[in-house]
Amino acid sequence: MKARHRRMMFVVFGLVAVAAIAALILNALQSNINHFFSPAEVVANQAPQDRTFRLGGLVEVDSVKREDDGLTVHFNVTDNADVVTVKYTGILPDLFSEGQGVVAQGKLSPGGVFEAEEVLAKHDETYMPPEVADALEKAENAATQGAVQ
Amino acid sequence: MIPEIGQFALIIALCLAIVQGIFPILGAQLNIRPWMAMARPVAQGQFIFIAISFACLMYSFVTDDFSVLYAASHSNSLLPVQYKVAGVWGGHEGSLLLWAMMLGFWTFLVSIFSKNLPDEMVARVIGVLGLIAVGFLLFLLLTSNPFERLLPAAPDGRDLNPLLQDFGLIIHPPMLYMGYVGFSVAFAFAIAALMSGRLDAAWARWSRPWTIVAWSFLAGGIGLGSWWAYYELGWGGWWFWDPVENASLMPWLVGTALIHSLAVTEKRGAFKRWTVLLAIIAFSLSLLGTFLVRSGVITSVHAFATDPERGTFILAFLVVVVVGSLLLYAWRAPKIGQGGKFELMSKETMLLVNNVLLTVIAAAVLLGTIYPIIIEGLASVGVIEATNKVSVGAPYFNAIFVPLLVPLVFLVGLGPLARWKKAEMPDMLRQLRWAFIASAIVAVVVPLLMGGWSWLAALGMVLATWIVTTAAYSIRLRFKATNAALPWGHRLNAIPRSFYGMHLAHIGVAVGIIGGTLVSNYMSDKDVRMDIGDTVEVGGYTFRFDGVIETKGPNYTANRGMIRVLQDGHEVMTLEPEKRVYTVQTMPMTEAAIDTGVWRDLYVSLGEPVSGGAWSVRVYHKPFVSWLWAGVILMALGGITAMSDKRYRLMARKEGKAKNEAGMAVPKIAAEKA
Repeated sequence: MKARHRRMMFVVFGLVAVAAIAALILNALQSNINHFFSPAEVVANQAPQDRTFRLGGLVEVDSVKREDDGLTVHFNVTDNADVVTVKYTGILPDLFSEGQGVVAQGKLSPGGVFEAEEVLAKHDETYMPPEVADALEKAENAATQGAVQ
Repeated sequence: MIPEIGQFALIIALCLAIVQGIFPILGAQLNIRPWMAMARPVAQGQFIFIAISFACLMYSFVTDDFSVLYAASHSNSLLPVQYKVAGVWGGHEGSLLLWAMMLGFWTFLVSIFSKNLPDEMVARVIGVLGLIAVGFLLFLLLTSNPFERLLPAAPDGRDLNPLLQDFGLIIHPPMLYMGYVGFSVAFAFAIAALMSGRLDAAWARWSRPWTIVAWSFLAGGIGLGSWWAYYELGWGGWWFWDPVENASLMPWLVGTALIHSLAVTEKRGAFKRWTVLLAIIAFSLSLLGTFLVRSGVITSVHAFATDPERGTFILAFLVVVVVGSLLLYAWRAPKIGQGGKFELMSKETMLLVNNVLLTVIAAAVLLGTIYPIIIEGLASVGVIEATNKVSVGAPYFNAIFVPLLVPLVFLVGLGPLARWKKAEMPDMLRQLRWAFIASAIVAVVVPLLMGGWSWLAALGMVLATWIVTTAAYSIRLRFKATNAALPWGHRLNAIPRSFYGMHLAHIGVAVGIIGGTLVSNYMSDKDVRMDIGDTVEVGGYTFRFDGVIETKGPNYTANRGMIRVLQDGHEVMTLEPEKRVYTVQTMPMTEAAIDTGVWRDLYVSLGEPVSGGAWSVRVYHKPFVSWLWAGVILMALGGITAMSDKRYRLMARKEGKAKNEAGMAVPKIAAEKA
């Protein structure tokens, strides 16, 4: 093989490799992005029906209920405007408690209950996930606007 | 009084850092000897004053001085003393002070172990480190003063976050920072070389041991963090692709590329510009990591309540460092000559591909980590439509990591055996046919022994066996090349330590892969509700719940579960997981009980009390999980072994004599020809 041919082969191989890696990354990104929705948005049917997404807000006080198996938990997530019921089977993180911020990842069931695969833990009780803070603020702004009008 | 001394010491350190950042560099550029000579003493003084400052903060913690705001918010009089000490870096201000002290310590080490380097080089390296120190000390003093007073003093402290009251806090952050900050030395060497315009093999040789040590510490720090998360968070995961984990992984990946690229630059004089660029990127990623952790722009389990002002400062600092060093690079790099030529099939090419793969993985991790910010940024300037906040899930990272790891590991086997300049590929593959066969056999046998076929497990075993067998072959070849007349011990000793170090680190990769693949594919777990006397079977063991007892620790109360583990009807051990409530913050904490073994870990943690003495309990059987961390330890040990190679010392001494002579030739090393 001549040196020129070999160089050409190298370049072609390199380009194919770059294209393959780019495709790999974009594809992986495409299928693993989770959008965040607040309870108000879920109630307004803005959240997808068949895709995983994140729901965040505050755990409504007195809403945590356990099924008899001891592992399945129902609780309400609220942004102080609307409420979505979440169902989760498994052990909740330590800092999960009523009145506290929470982010859950999962899908919406046909009945409108959010079935969480994961309830996110946090490290610090004064910490509020930025999405949750954002959602609460949005709901509050909407409420004050409504009051003005 | 003591906190004021601490703050004053910090201000003096800042003044010294300013001097350290200006005069030695100017002295080197303008050839003013006395200015260059300032570098070492000023740097040592700077370190001493930061250390004094650090000691003062520690004093406030240990003596429960709650008139210091930072101590009042991160300590408590009931806190056991070892956590009072470690609590110094348990929050933002203290961890930054630790960062600054580590930087001072590295600079101090450079000032001591650089006797044989040319004076201009030392002056520039220490000067650049001084400029970085200025940035961090300003950051501390302007936005994050750890000595701020609280008047009137708090009667008692708010306590250290219970998650941090653990042995992990004592060693993980110092180790991690040692690595993070250590890349600043590689960066300073690269910038110094750019300033001088002389990027030669000597520069790579000086910079190499520093980079390898930093890399080893970072590996150790990441491994410790992963181990800590595993046993402390109570749900048995060891890597979450959390932004903060990624923040430490990215500089490590680029650092791995850097130590390989430095090898080429040293041995063959090639890849010079690329090596410099990698050194800049590795350190920039360390800074970016600090920004991500400290600014709270991304949701992370590590995110603590944060302050936007601090984020802005680090971001500005990051921009100055990146833009400044890239401008210098753009100006100087074109003048750097090309290195030795090499064929397509050669060690150089393999290391090039290694570098490309590692950089691509790091870039993909970066993309996934900051994607939420990118989207938000683009939306805020109107490029794309505003959407809801997004997050990138762990499957993204796995989907990238695994496919790119395969060619990388294949090269781990070939690279050490390939010759510089021109490698005989068919010949090599023929030599390695046994390694292929062994890998294939292990790949089939192990998954079947583990009780179920899995393609991913088979792939992992192929990769791991491939690394180990090729390493064994490579060491055997090297051994055969030594003088056969000598006794065994002498012959083994004749092989340089850097060679052993390299293979040790590579075998560490193999061990880590074994752990990671087997635990991911063969782990079994159950979340169950257990009444007293109930049993559950996991991984061939029977776990019987014998109820909980109440117990008390120094600053917490706990429910301690009694779980007897039975195998073939015999009781083999009792696991005692706890659910603690820390009294000051009334924060609940799950403390898992783990029985660690070579072949498997048994992992039990308590959920919540359900009713009438019953609890929800989580039980795991995790095969080979400890191999993950054993792999990391081997990697770090490999790094330390490699940097202790006597040739770094010998050559530094030789060069010391010849220093300041222009145009140093690349010394040929007989041993490297093999």
